[in-house]
Amino acid sequence: MKTVRFKIKRQQSLDTAPYWEEFEVPYRPGMNVITALYDIAKNPKTADGKATSAVAWDANCLEEVCGACTMIVNGKVRQSCSALVDALQQPICLEPMTKFPVVRDLRVNRKRMFDALKRVKAWIPIDGTYDLGEGPKLSPQDQHIGYALSKCMTCGCCLEVCPQYHDRSPFVGAAALSQVRLFNLHPTGKMQEEERLETIMGEGGIEDCGNAQNCVRVCPKDIPLTTSIADLNRKTTAYALKKFFRS
Amino acid sequence: MAVRKPKIIVVGGGLAGLMTTIKVCEGGGTVQLFSVVPVKRSHSVCAQGGINAAKNTKGEGDSIEKHFDDTIYGGDFLANQELPKRMCEAAPAIIDLLDRMGVMFNRTDEGNIDLRRFGGTLYHRTAFAGATTGQQMLYALDEQVRRFESENKVQKFEYWEFLSLILDENRICRGMVAMNLYTLEIQSFAADAVVLATGGCGMIFGRSTNSTACTGSAASIAYQAGVHYANGEFIQVHPTAIPGEDKHRLMSESARGEGGRVWTYKDGKPWYFLEEWYPKYGNLVPRDVASRAIFKVVKEMGLGVEGKELVYLDLSHLDRKKLDEKLGGILEIYEKFVGDDPHKVPMKIFPAVHYSMGGLWIDTNHMTNISGLFAVGEVDYQYHGANRLGANSLVSCVFGGMVTGPKTLEYAKGLQKAYESFPSTLYDQAVLKQKSIHEGLLKSEGSENPFKIHEDLGKLMTNHVTVIRYNDKLQKADQEILKLIERYRHISLSDTSYGANPVLPFARELYNMLHLARAIAISAFHRNESRGAHYKPDFPDRNDAEFLKTSKMSFHPESPRLVYEDVDQRWIKPRPRKYV
Repeated sequence: MKTVRFKIKRQQSLDTAPYWEEFEVPYRPGMNVITALYDIAKNPKTADGKATSAVAWDANCLEEVCGACTMIVNGKVRQSCSALVDALQQPICLEPMTKFPVVRDLRVNRKRMFDALKRVKAWIPIDGTYDLGEGPKLSPQDQHIGYALSKCMTCGCCLEVCPQYHDRSPFVGAAALSQVRLFNLHPTGKMQEEERLETIMGEGGIEDCGNAQNCVRVCPKDIPLTTSIADLNRKTTAYALKKFFRS
Repeated sequence: MAVRKPKIIVVGGGLAGLMTTIKVCEGGGTVQLFSVVPVKRSHSVCAQGGINAAKNTKGEGDSIEKHFDDTIYGGDFLANQELPKRMCEAAPAIIDLLDRMGVMFNRTDEGNIDLRRFGGTLYHRTAFAGATTGQQMLYALDEQVRRFESENKVQKFEYWEFLSLILDENRICRGMVAMNLYTLEIQSFAADAVVLATGGCGMIFGRSTNSTACTGSAASIAYQAGVHYANGEFIQVHPTAIPGEDKHRLMSESARGEGGRVWTYKDGKPWYFLEEWYPKYGNLVPRDVASRAIFKVVKEMGLGVEGKELVYLDLSHLDRKKLDEKLGGILEIYEKFVGDDPHKVPMKIFPAVHYSMGGLWIDTNHMTNISGLFAVGEVDYQYHGANRLGANSLVSCVFGGMVTGPKTLEYAKGLQKAYESFPSTLYDQAVLKQKSIHEGLLKSEGSENPFKIHEDLGKLMTNHVTVIRYNDKLQKADQEILKLIERYRHISLSDTSYGANPVLPFARELYNMLHLARAIAISAFHRNESRGAHYKPDFPDRNDAEFLKTSKMSFHPESPRLVYEDVDQRWIKPRPRKYV
């Protein structure tokens, strides 16, 4: 029987030491990393036959639209659902993301990303859900730009590779910054443009970006993150000048 | 004195749960929102093709009446008609609302929201944001809820799982018990009302188009606590999905809405069997009809592509730019998971379990038969009858939330006795009961693995309780589930620690899946007719005299009880359902 070898970094909790375990699971054509993790859950034994526990990992949609199953696969951060075994060198090495606290094994706590969305006020402040008639018109061109930005699934790939984003830095990161651009280009969101720019001008804001440009290279949804940051750089500079002359 | 604010618990943060939450906050209440995943990762993200509303912007003469008629006819007349009617009436304003929230719907040259075709209708009625409409809508509602969260009107409990209801001596729901999935800690939560917005139950079938969170566990807990499970036998099998080892990935109906064609080889030539058999609707027949046709071609006639259980879904004749603009999301999925480019070669697809039309019984206020417990979204049974039309699920989730939110507040304000007046023992006892189940599972030293039992359940249900149903096989399925329940008594967990143990929550969900699976199989056994997604070759016709009725299962550990209830047919009288 053809098998696939895995090497998985495991950790019981944040305050215990990590360790490695190797696994061998049956091969099936088209299988992905998730299939293998389920195989291990069904038969929790290491490659040398030692009984162990099922691996903990986060997953939900399994089609790369929810962002849950992000981890480091053979050294590269990505969603494990779309990591097909046929395209990976063995042993396939699985590790948790390093920029977020480990919960267990491959699960990490990405709460900081959702908090960042609160900080930058990533929403349209509608007057209410009552029937207030049609929304603003939008050109197909603006819809294209907006749609590309609105596909961000808060997966954290861009932050994993960002040298400026770590547990000792308050940087909000590329994902949240790009959301500022999204809401500021919406015809209604534009009305709060300055308020949102304010949120990224203080500590941990846009000036913390070191322009490494790693983020845009790993984004699984091809979001133009560096274009967003460049655009926001211009906007915040213009706004700062305007504020200076206003005062 | 400050006015007491109603406190509502919402379990589940997909479209229905988030819309309910928004409405409660807007109406002056506060919400504790529970979800097994961060709400932004809920299964609603998987909805692709769009959302229906008769906006009639293409000069075709579409109307709310036609949307309503298509919905009832598409559901083979099994849906109670009041809520679907109100949903179709509300739909155009729902699109406007989502648009105001910033959903990036595709646009026409004039800057208006574009509409496309979908199954079971002859009109352009479906608004869409590429082929990731559910994701875009979920994000918009998630953003609005985050705004309320920043105003302290919503408290989120993400990575918390619902374990039981708390009912007082009059069987009124006063709160619930949940566990923290990072610690396994069990806690009770009191509230004026509890809303279950926990989605579908595709995981009962092992592999489906559903997300891993769609276990039906919460629905089953409510069912075991006394809520009727209605029309459970109506499981939608979507005609076009990519078969996979871990899940079957949906290839949206919008692919056919934009001109995609389904075919296979017959006598060495492409055979467009849907177009031949259903000249009027062609590739856009409703899902139950298309799935049965594919089963016939593949299983009866043996004409699957390459001799396998596959047929083609072909987009290769369509304009590349148009495809990328309108269907980019699903083309990307196909390319990433299969490796072929659907711009160039036809996709290989097969039907897969997709949606549960049935669910928890609710009245027209979305309240279940337990006072204070509401259900909304895929977990409720209203709206879709015996078969759901494509792009009606998103609108039913949002509309359902718009009804449920205000109704929970109305209910809370009418309560004689508030949850604060109950002794803490009511809550403590409920927690103790759940703790003892935890302890029992952690100590259990059998030889059975819960993930293996789940695999066997999935195979059983997929083989016997999907597109084509026979009574002997349904009966066998129920007997086999009973054997799985017996095996469950002998499980052991590979992880017996506290903390973020993934095995214990799964074991608890599995128990609930097994009991819900029985409800589905038994209600399918008793319905001796063919209607919508429920098809029995031995009873090939619809039988309105006997079965134009809602089936309602009541839980009993040995033999669940089934009763039938009349269907509200106030506006549209049943007629033969044909799409030729």
